[in-house]
Formats: sequence, C-alpha cells, structure tokens
Amino acid sequence: MSEPNPNITGAPNPAPDQPAAVPAATAAPPKPAAPVAPRPAPKPTAKGKQRRFFLFALVGSWFAGGWTAFTASMGLMTLGTLRFLYPNVLSEPPSKIKVGFPDNYEEGKVVERYKDQNTWVVRKDAEIYALSTTCTHLGCTPNWLEREQKFKCPCHGSGYYISGINFEGPAPRPLERWAISVGDDGQMVVDKSRSFHYERGEWSNPDSFIKV
Amino acid sequence: MSMVDFITKSQVWKSVFRHPAPRDRRNRVVVMLTNVFLHLHPVSVRKSGINLSYTWCMGGLTFFLFLVETVTGVLLMFYYRPTLEHAYNDILLLRDVATLGILRELHRWGAHAMVITIWLHMYRVFLTGSYKPPREFNWGVGVLLLVMTLLLSFTGYLLPWDQLAIWAITVGSNMARATPFLGNEGPGATFLKVGDVSLIHSGSDARFLLLGGRFVSGDTLLRFYVLHCVAIPLAAALLIAVHFWRVRKDGGISGPL
Repeated sequence: MSEPNPNITGAPNPAPDQPAAVPAATAAPPKPAAPVAPRPAPKPTAKGKQRRFFLFALVGSWFAGGWTAFTASMGLMTLGTLRFLYPNVLSEPPSKIKVGFPDNYEEGKVVERYKDQNTWVVRKDAEIYALSTTCTHLGCTPNWLEREQKFKCPCHGSGYYISGINFEGPAPRPLERWAISVGDDGQMVVDKSRSFHYERGEWSNPDSFIKV
Repeated sequence: MSMVDFITKSQVWKSVFRHPAPRDRRNRVVVMLTNVFLHLHPVSVRKSGINLSYTWCMGGLTFFLFLVETVTGVLLMFYYRPTLEHAYNDILLLRDVATLGILRELHRWGAHAMVITIWLHMYRVFLTGSYKPPREFNWGVGVLLLVMTLLLSFTGYLLPWDQLAIWAITVGSNMARATPFLGNEGPGATFLKVGDVSLIHSGSDARFLLLGGRFVSGDTLLRFYVLHCVAIPLAAALLIAVHFWRVRKDGGISGPL
C-alpha cells in the first residue's frame, strides 16, 4: 500500500496545509447513510419549510423520484394518446361552392343541382338563399316534393315549407341557411362554414340571402 | 405393451400431459390446477350451479357467443377491406361467392343473439338477487360488459357501409353533439375555452373524436373497424376475466347467498 490510507474511523484526513477550522467543520453530523427521511436544512420561515418538504416528498429520494417520474410519464402518454386520436388532416370537400349567376334562377323554384354538396339554392320573393339539406331532427336528408311544395324527410316525416320553416313532423326548428354572397365574377358563392338559424333571428342577417 | 401404453408412456406424451388422467379426487385437483385452460374453471361446482331453471345459463351462453363472434369475426377479416371502395362489395362477395359465406350471417345473428342473452342474463341475476353484497362490484363489471357489447354492435353496424349503416351511425353519432361540455351543441359548449376561443366546436368535440371527422366518412369506417375488431374486444376480454374471477371469488355461480 503505497498511497495514504483513508482513516478507518471515517473522518477524512485533514490536509497538512488546511487551517484548523476544517477538522471542526468536517466533524459536523455525517450525511444520512440510507435515503429514508432526508432532513431539510433549517429555514427561517415556517412556510418555507412546507414548500421544501413537498418538493422533497416528490423527488427527495430515489423511491419518490421514481414514482413521480412514472406517474408523470403515464399521464403524458394518456394525453398524447388522446391527442393522437384527433385527426389533423381531413378529406372533406371545400366549404365554399360556386352556384352560378342570380339571373339563372327562376322565381319560386328549388334548385337541386348542389344537393349532393348539402345545399339547395332557392329564389323566392325577391330573395335568393341557400338551405342546408340536413334535417334538423336527426340528420337525414329530406327530399323536395315539387308538387306538394314542401321538403319532406324520409326518415321520420319532418316537413318544411319552401322557406325552410318546419311545419310538420318531429323537426324542432327550421332548416339552416348557409351564408351566400356574390363573388367578384358575379357568380354567387355559398359558404357552408357559416350557418344561420331562423329561431335565433339570424335570417335577417344580410349574409344569409341575396336581394334580387 | 398395448398401443395406448406405448403412447401414454412416451417422452412426448409425458412432456405435454404431466399427470395421468383424473382418477381420484386428489389427482383431479392436480390435473385442473396445473393446466392453464382447465384451471380457469373451479375444480368442482355446486349442484345448483348447473340447475338450468335457476341459472338459465345465459351468462355462459353470452360468453359462448362472444367466442363465436370472435372466431367468425376473424375469419371475415380475411375477405373484408374497410375502405370506401371495397367495404360494401366485399360483404356482397362474402355472401355470394365465398365458401361458407353464411359465416357473415352467423356473425350478424350471433351479435343479435348475444345482445338478447346478455339482457336475459342481467335479468336473471337481478331476479335471483345475485347483485347483493359481496357481489355488487361484479354487477358493476357486468354493466360495463353490457356497454362494451352495445358498442361492439354500434361499431360493427357501420362496416357493411350500406344505407342502413351510414344513416344509423349518422343519427346515433349526432347525439354525441349534445353531450354536456364536450359536445358543440350541448349545454356548456363554450365552457371549455382558452381566452376567447372555445375549445369545443364541430371540429373538436366528442362527436368529432368518435367519427374522426365532421361527418360519417372513410375515416369513420376505418376508426370503427379498429374499434370493433381490436380495441373494444380487448377491453371486453379484460372485463370478462375480471367478471369470471369475481364470480369464483364471491362463492361460485348460482350458490346460496
């Protein structure tokens, strides 16, 4: 053994050129051997003691730190899984559709050309408006019955006038209207990202019809 | 030695079947407990446990139908593609062209039958008071299993992608819009918000999560397919394990309370 031994009693050897204060400092109480209740350093305020204890309870020991990390990772994984299930890319058709020039629309007629894009375009009483084809009862698609001048839903029999107002069957409210405006080229544009509900008084909003 | 002896005393046989066939009570117990499939059953049951007029055997039938559905379901998966172009036609092909295409009908009839037997089982458990302590928790597990079965029916209904399927799911999922707080047309829809922007709208509410979109689409078909074939069966299998475990631990099937 050529190197100097550490003292068997455990107290570190004071270096020869160190001041005498060092042995006194190192003679202070030793660190706890097992990581069981670490003693927090004394704090001036009682509140400071509480805060320090909470942190120590979570990360003070390997046991506590391990469980905290595990719980946190499980929580993050759950949130991540939930977010994963929300698609970021949707393959939906564009919400704005061009529906032609106002002059091409006959008074009192319902145009069904855009029915597969969830829209009826109607010209009635000096107004052109776009109705949603979704029945307000449970979401089926009604049919326009020309002879009886009403929209009739095949699922449960809801009936609507040409204006879209419900008058028979289980529908609780009128059909919704889409926003409609005249574009730069003179063609009308239906914007299905905005809907107007009659029962909220929104049909008076000028964006919901075109005056002709 | 005889043929039977030659087989049953061979190394191959003894490595698979470690104990001789049950012959006395102790040996019967040993055989049951050391076999992974057999140990799921208790070693012996009370006589009242097989009394049909008492138990109706509806729980057992429901489990049997669950197994039938799993097997027929897996077989159907070999010929069904959950995409917009193929779904409807694949079902037609299964019905008309595949050998034993009756499997598709068996799967469907099995599903109807399973819903019937699960309700009858629930009714029997109620009538015999088998939900009372210590069996209250198992009743709760059973209700969860009921919900799983109904969800399996709901998700499976969309897969043929015919008119009935699309509209039934449209109508059914529209109800999710009205969920309190989490549905964009329900009460409290604007409750969850960051500053001025509502977190719950038609592109983010519970219905959107269910459908994978704003309306029933190809994304919905795929989502429902995964739910129907993997996610819900896994959850149901877990709950079934708990349910059976609890029956045994609470004193066995159809015993005196």
